[in-house]
Amino acid sequence: MSGVGPPPATAPSKSWTVKVREKGVDALPPDRLLPDGQPTYVASWIYVFGVASIAALIVIIGSGSILALKGPAWWHYTGVGHFFNSIHMWSVELFFFAMVVHLWGKYWMAAWRGGRGRVWVTGAVTFLIAIPAALTGYVSQQNFDAQWIATQAKDAMNSVGVGAFFNLTNFGQMYSYHVLLLPVAVVLLVAAHVLLVRRNGVVPPFELEQKLPVAARAAPETDGPPRSSTGATS
Amino acid sequence: MSPAGVMGAVFNLNHPAHTVDWHFIHLSVANVVVIGLMLVVFLLAILVPFPGAARRRAARRDGDAS
Repeated sequence: MSGVGPPPATAPSKSWTVKVREKGVDALPPDRLLPDGQPTYVASWIYVFGVASIAALIVIIGSGSILALKGPAWWHYTGVGHFFNSIHMWSVELFFFAMVVHLWGKYWMAAWRGGRGRVWVTGAVTFLIAIPAALTGYVSQQNFDAQWIATQAKDAMNSVGVGAFFNLTNFGQMYSYHVLLLPVAVVLLVAAHVLLVRRNGVVPPFELEQKLPVAARAAPETDGPPRSSTGATS
Repeated sequence: MSPAGVMGAVFNLNHPAHTVDWHFIHLSVANVVVIGLMLVVFLLAILVPFPGAARRRAARRDGDAS
């Protein structure tokens, strides 16, 4: 009889969905979540390595998913398997390479300035979680190299008292950590890191920060359509 | 010689890793090379101008002036 029409003009709903939506929009307005452009100072090579890390992470997840689907016999004994195994390994190398350069760049520009402490912490924790993610990958190869690494690294784990919970010689446990627990942690942390960068804006250079009004230091103007008169020029 | 044989002749890995030792520091040459490359890339990222950066800054200045 009647189709889908406008909602009745009653008092605003305060259901949990409305509250979540309102908090979400307050925390991340659409123009900050998906901005028209980035500040002019972002046009520097040192700002490239964060997104380079994410690009490498996407390749890691994609190639790792294929390796998980096909299994050890495929990645050890077929040409295509060797290829994807190499793609997975080299994308990890690039991930750490780009992440370390990103970390150095952000450290020397004190990227925790302007209320960006959580951005820094999520990035640093991502780096720390990525290390066991890589280690569990090395011991999940199903070859003598993996056995050698596992038996050497177990002593380090035992010496700090975590061997009972993180046993390098337990393949099933290491594989679960490698293909589920640690990748999920890394992806969630990277997502939180990127959303926090969107919320707070990319940290400005020291020189520029001193020129900016206090209100504009946390999220300076972009070179897209201007929102206010506080233009960020470097 | 097969392509794999040629690569094997260039990158002969059939030996224990060469290492750099200095006091308590004990690093494989491969890791030292990667750390060196990261330092070089870091310096280049700071020093090499980004394509279009000057044009974008000039456009922004012009926009603010008008």
